[in-house]
Amino acid sequence: MLKINDLHANVDDKEILKGINLEVKAGEVHAIMGPNGSGKSTLASVIAGNENFEVTQGSIELSGEDLEDVSPEERAHKGVFLSFQYPVEIPGVSVTNFMKTAINESRKAKGLEDMPAKDMLKLIREKSELLEIDRKFLSRSLNEGFSGGEKKRNEIFQMAMLEPKVAILDETDSGLDIDALRIVASGVNKLKSKDNAVILITHYQRLLEYIVPDYVHVLHNGKIVKSGGKELALELEEKGYDWLKQETAV
Amino acid sequence: MAYTEEELKKELETKEYEYGFYTDIESETFPNGLNEEIVIAISKKKGEPEWMTLWRLEAFKYWKEMEEPEWANVHYEKPDFQAISYYSAPKKADPNKTLDDVDPELLEMYKKLGISVDEQKKLQNVAVDIVMDSVSVATTFKKTLAEKGIIFCSISEAIKDHPELVKKYIGSVVPQRDNFYAALNSAVFSDGSFCYIPKGVRCPMELSTYFRINQAGTGQFERTLVIADEDSYVSYLEGCTAPSRDENQLHAAVVELVALDGAEIKYSTVQNWFPGNKDGKGGVFNFVTKRAICEKNAKVSWTQVETGSAVTWKYPSCILKGDNSIGEFYSIAVTNNYQQADTGTKMVHIGKNTKSTIISKGISAGKSQNSYRGLVQVNSRADGARNFSQCDSLLMGNECGAHTFPYIEAKNKSAMIEHEATTSKIGEDQIFYCNQRGIDTEKAIALIVNGFSKEVLNKLPMEFAVEAQKLLEISLEGSVG
Ligand SMILES: Nc1ncnc2c1ncn2[C@@H]1O[C@H](COP(=O)(O)OP(=O)(O)O)[C@@H](O)[C@H]1O
Ligand SMILES: [Mg+2]
Repeated sequence: MLKINDLHANVDDKEILKGINLEVKAGEVHAIMGPNGSGKSTLASVIAGNENFEVTQGSIELSGEDLEDVSPEERAHKGVFLSFQYPVEIPGVSVTNFMKTAINESRKAKGLEDMPAKDMLKLIREKSELLEIDRKFLSRSLNEGFSGGEKKRNEIFQMAMLEPKVAILDETDSGLDIDALRIVASGVNKLKSKDNAVILITHYQRLLEYIVPDYVHVLHNGKIVKSGGKELALELEEKGYDWLKQETAV
Repeated sequence: MAYTEEELKKELETKEYEYGFYTDIESETFPNGLNEEIVIAISKKKGEPEWMTLWRLEAFKYWKEMEEPEWANVHYEKPDFQAISYYSAPKKADPNKTLDDVDPELLEMYKKLGISVDEQKKLQNVAVDIVMDSVSVATTFKKTLAEKGIIFCSISEAIKDHPELVKKYIGSVVPQRDNFYAALNSAVFSDGSFCYIPKGVRCPMELSTYFRINQAGTGQFERTLVIADEDSYVSYLEGCTAPSRDENQLHAAVVELVALDGAEIKYSTVQNWFPGNKDGKGGVFNFVTKRAICEKNAKVSWTQVETGSAVTWKYPSCILKGDNSIGEFYSIAVTNNYQQADTGTKMVHIGKNTKSTIISKGISAGKSQNSYRGLVQVNSRADGARNFSQCDSLLMGNECGAHTFPYIEAKNKSAMIEHEATTSKIGEDQIFYCNQRGIDTEKAIALIVNGFSKEVLNKLPMEFAVEAQKLLEISLEGSVG
């Protein structure tokens, strides 16, 4: 589904990603872990097509299609979704209005009519129940004055609304208390299917107890330095990252 | 962003003024220049009574002694007032005609404007009085309104048919000598709208006037007078468009609102006069004096969406004369390319327990300059006066400017005045966030701008709000690259 080959990316002429290889198949959950500043968010941004980062080498393919010349919005239309580590505020634009616009823009790109209001309403009701979101919340300005946890839950609500093929969750667990984490994780699990894939970026084993990954990768200094099964996450929790840094330095 | 230089250029070109066509209607135009004879000729042409002619001449006398103001934060080449023709009327116009008699070419033009009278008629709840190049050509719904005793007609008709009302109120809010442009308007105004709502009557529909400058080199000087008698209510809509032309056109209107005891007037404007092309050539000079007087328990709300004009100089104001009266000002001003706007409001608290609210949203793009200028004045006897002002500016790009000039003069210690101001920029991160959700950059900007303007857009009547939103999108198209 998603295939990343020898990906190098710069920001301001500084190389951040230094040759990433990763293949994510339909139905899989991958976790990406790694110390702060190792390039996890950068990788997510580059997959989503953020043009602040310059891809200098390598490629990203989605279902066999090279994404090089595909704009961020087109990537979204093709099913790429990013739950942001730091979601931005858009004052005066309600969550509902934002989602309505997003869904209809995607439909327009596919040559479909706007979604009828009653279908939209039904979808919103269904997905907000899934994530136990209060309806009042949906009329508030997007992310404005939201707590950290509310922002993250709202990201996953959007994911539920848009039903992406590949969802990248960038530290969605940070800022969530244990109840919220459980709700969000169970939401993600319900959305998971054999036709889509999830990439979880996290620091903590905690999330991975709820959403169990098929693979765990460790990113360090712009490279994947180790990959393994879910037990790798436990090992990292115990030993930290230092042993890996030493290992790769050797 | 996702735009190449080439694409950007293309987009900027397609955003050229879409109302830029010129309708070929036979019209009668006076020779250029202004003197007593022209003033008299205008008055005569319109068959006005002598008192009106004298009133105009008095205004002209003041105007000759006045100088064009220079304090506003706008820079332009001053119009040559002797190079303008002060009267232009479509030849076939006849104020007594019904819609069916309207020149088909005129109707065609309304269609292009997206305000076809047919369409407006179907809307049912909107009565339209259209002012084109100085003469009001079609008034609909007059009958329905007449049943309630509401008078809604051109100011020329009002001068003839309701002289007692006009005589009493014209110049009572904006005196002839109020300022340079108001004096000019008082001398040469060619037409405009008049509205009177009798005591205790709620006007059952939105009253609407569309203004448009058609003839080259003509100035438009319309005059609007709205009188809401005791405990009455009216919502009045004003929309403006002008075709594209290279030379600057002058527009100097005067709007006077009289809200008697317990009356309420809502006055909404959507203004998209030609702003000049992308190089800053041409465009309308818009120098407007709008003022309301509020008697006891009266309320006036000004709501405006301004996306047009090369230079705008405009401060809709409220004189809160009566106790417990309320003044409100909600404004969205958009400037792009080389546009300059200096706009705001004046709230003068005279009565006790008077309240005013000012919400101003300025959006600047391109190389434009957008200034808010507001005065809150509390007189010594205005016990318990309250004001809340909020001025927000949104910047797009690095070459535009936003300026805020709030003036406060409080002569009463009990006054409570609050002022808040913010300046923000549309962030790349906001745009990327929208992009990531499948919303392209153009649409993202529209969404962000609409969100920013929401508090004001919400104040507009429904059908106007939709139009205003579209207008915001059009005027900012291609402004972020
Ligand atoms: N927009 C940017 N400009 C400059 N440096 C950046 C930018 N974004 C990320 N970086 C740098 O790239 C490195 C990786 O950052 P990031 O991908 O956010 O790491 P992580 O998400 O793993 O904590 C850091 O050194 C960070 O300072
Ligand atoms: Mg990060």
